[in-house]
Amino acid sequence: MMKRILVGLLAATAMAAAGGAWAEEPVKVGLILPMTGGQASTGKQIDAAVRLYMQQHGDTVAGRKIEIILKDDATVPDNTKRLAQELIVNDKVNFIAGFGITPSALAAAPLATEAKVPEIVMAAGTSIITERSPYIARTSFTLAQSSVIIADWAAKNGIKKVVTLVSDYAPGADAQNSFKERFTAAGGQVVEELKVPLASPDFSPVLQRAADAKPDALFVFVPAGQGGTFAKQYSERGLDKAGIKLIGPGDVTDDDILNNMGDSMIGTVTAHFYSATHPSAMNKDFVAAYKKLMNGQRPGFMAVGGYDGIHLIYEALKKTGGKTDGDALIAAMKGMKWESPRGPISIDPDTRDIIQNIYVRRVEKVGGELYNVEFATVEAVKDPIKAAKK
Amino acid sequence: MSATPLNTPDVARLVMSRARWRFSEIVFWIAALATIFLVPSRHLILTEIAILGLFALSLDLILGYAGIISLGQAAFFGFGAYCAGLLATHQLVTEPVLALALAGAATAALGFVTSFLVLRGSDLTRIMVTLGIALILRELANRFDGLTGGADGLQGVTIEPLFGLFRFDMFGHTAYAYSLAVLFVLFLLARRIVNSPFGLSLRAVKGNPLRASAVGISVNGRMVAIYTIAAGYAGVAGALLTQTAQFASLDMFSFERSADVLLMLIIGGTGYLYGGIIGALIFKLMQDWLASMTPQYWQFWIGLVLVAIVIIGRERLEQLRGAIRKRILRLRPQKHAA
Repeated sequence: MMKRILVGLLAATAMAAAGGAWAEEPVKVGLILPMTGGQASTGKQIDAAVRLYMQQHGDTVAGRKIEIILKDDATVPDNTKRLAQELIVNDKVNFIAGFGITPSALAAAPLATEAKVPEIVMAAGTSIITERSPYIARTSFTLAQSSVIIADWAAKNGIKKVVTLVSDYAPGADAQNSFKERFTAAGGQVVEELKVPLASPDFSPVLQRAADAKPDALFVFVPAGQGGTFAKQYSERGLDKAGIKLIGPGDVTDDDILNNMGDSMIGTVTAHFYSATHPSAMNKDFVAAYKKLMNGQRPGFMAVGGYDGIHLIYEALKKTGGKTDGDALIAAMKGMKWESPRGPISIDPDTRDIIQNIYVRRVEKVGGELYNVEFATVEAVKDPIKAAKK
Repeated sequence: MSATPLNTPDVARLVMSRARWRFSEIVFWIAALATIFLVPSRHLILTEIAILGLFALSLDLILGYAGIISLGQAAFFGFGAYCAGLLATHQLVTEPVLALALAGAATAALGFVTSFLVLRGSDLTRIMVTLGIALILRELANRFDGLTGGADGLQGVTIEPLFGLFRFDMFGHTAYAYSLAVLFVLFLLARRIVNSPFGLSLRAVKGNPLRASAVGISVNGRMVAIYTIAAGYAGVAGALLTQTAQFASLDMFSFERSADVLLMLIIGGTGYLYGGIIGALIFKLMQDWLASMTPQYWQFWIGLVLVAIVIIGRERLEQLRGAIRKRILRLRPQKHAA
């Protein structure tokens, strides 16, 4: 008799526990980032930004706790794929997010489709990414967005001959092609197209070729984090004194490393979606809070991609009332608009890609530190490559 | 032993006893089989371990049995990986097992061609040559991005169901059973090879190439043969990774991969075939555990553990194992007595 009561009691508590667990089951976000290796600065910025957002906004949304599971893929795409798979299968995550480089984001895309788990791309910038799965949404940028704006600016500001120098992978090709198309259409001329390998590049030989071609400007795209090496070899070769203007999408003058790149970068004109000096109250608060968290380090554009990525996850959950059905979440994300530290942004309901302002900026010394100072704004830029396909 | 030279039947018996299946080996494979049913949630990482184990086995064949040191075994791993990937993306061979065999054969052919470069010179030259071959192949794969996808990796690899029946599921169940089966079959083959007269002559070559050639063993011929076989093994390992991950990237050729596999082999021990598999198991589980504990600084800890392993030395671990075995042996007769 005693035994039976005991069993009954146990069963009751087990059921209560199970019911309670369902109510308090956390929403899990698998954050896959390069925390080691060449792109580690990307991972560290996004990780910090996500932590910052959760400090500011609490870790509970629509009655459910948010749990972040951080994984390091060391920028190796097949690691990314296995980690995404394990997160989905074993940890039962409701979102996968992060993705430092395009190949990583692409490798995870089939999993997002198969498992119906939203994939939030916080860094990688090739146009095609969002086309690879209906469950992908992006809060970073596309290379083409910045490249066409800088092409317009160059054509209007007396630049006729340009040499392009890009990293040899999909985002590099996107940057170069969109720049060239827009720039030649406006009457400019691309005299040489140079490429450097993505992994451990040596810029000296290509920089020499660029100098020999004597262009008005050098268009540069290297992924965030490689700008430092580039700047060093650029000034070593004396190109900063050769009268060749440096232009490009803003990756090369990433805020994260800009201040250490040296005065040879002053005067560089880039087009991009975020500068740490963006003059808005929200950005001032964001920069101050980020610096406090990261021992005085400035946020770069990757940090903003992460900050907005986690915001998108929070807002989608609010809209679904805490429900984690993949289709409902993606539907909630489409067309969402908000004010980011970078300015007003929204998620394109057709492509799930980001629509944002692109700013033209010049590197200047502000209070003894190098900053990208914005001087022109192009509002609500869609990804030009996908827009052209329609 | 030199006082009483072994006669032919004795030698034969010695060799036969070496080739006999030991109890621990049978336990090892039964345990491996059991993981299929016991730990279904860990199949994804186990698949990778099985593949890396096969890859390390390929290095063991040349390093442990022929004394050829290589820092570029990833050349064959990557080549096999891209072969399998291209066969699938271009719909040339859609049957996974056949595609795997073809990728292995193609890689073996590449191994045969490059073996003549490796034969030349000493260990140091070999390190440089093998490293160089891997770098060249990686750069070729990067250059021909129309074919390989360059730095973006080979996208859109879709693998047909195994035997037309078992789909490669997201949980990695099919992938693990398949990888483990391939590992086992190729392990059996490797075991047969190293215990054959050919394998014994290889050990003679490793021990002293000059003496080996003096007793009539064609040193170069043996080296070419084992190098070719090992390349084929590495190619199959790479192809398995492509098929199970449905993806190939330039990273498969990387120096880190060659170095990692050498580390695994050093952790597990060379020259007894199991070293690579055990090393892969320890290395990968340790890496996975450390990386989930501290995603930013796991490389520091793994470095520390590796240094510790080298300083303590595997010999000492083996002494420990020997001591335990002696204890057990000492226990046995007592049991009989009781």
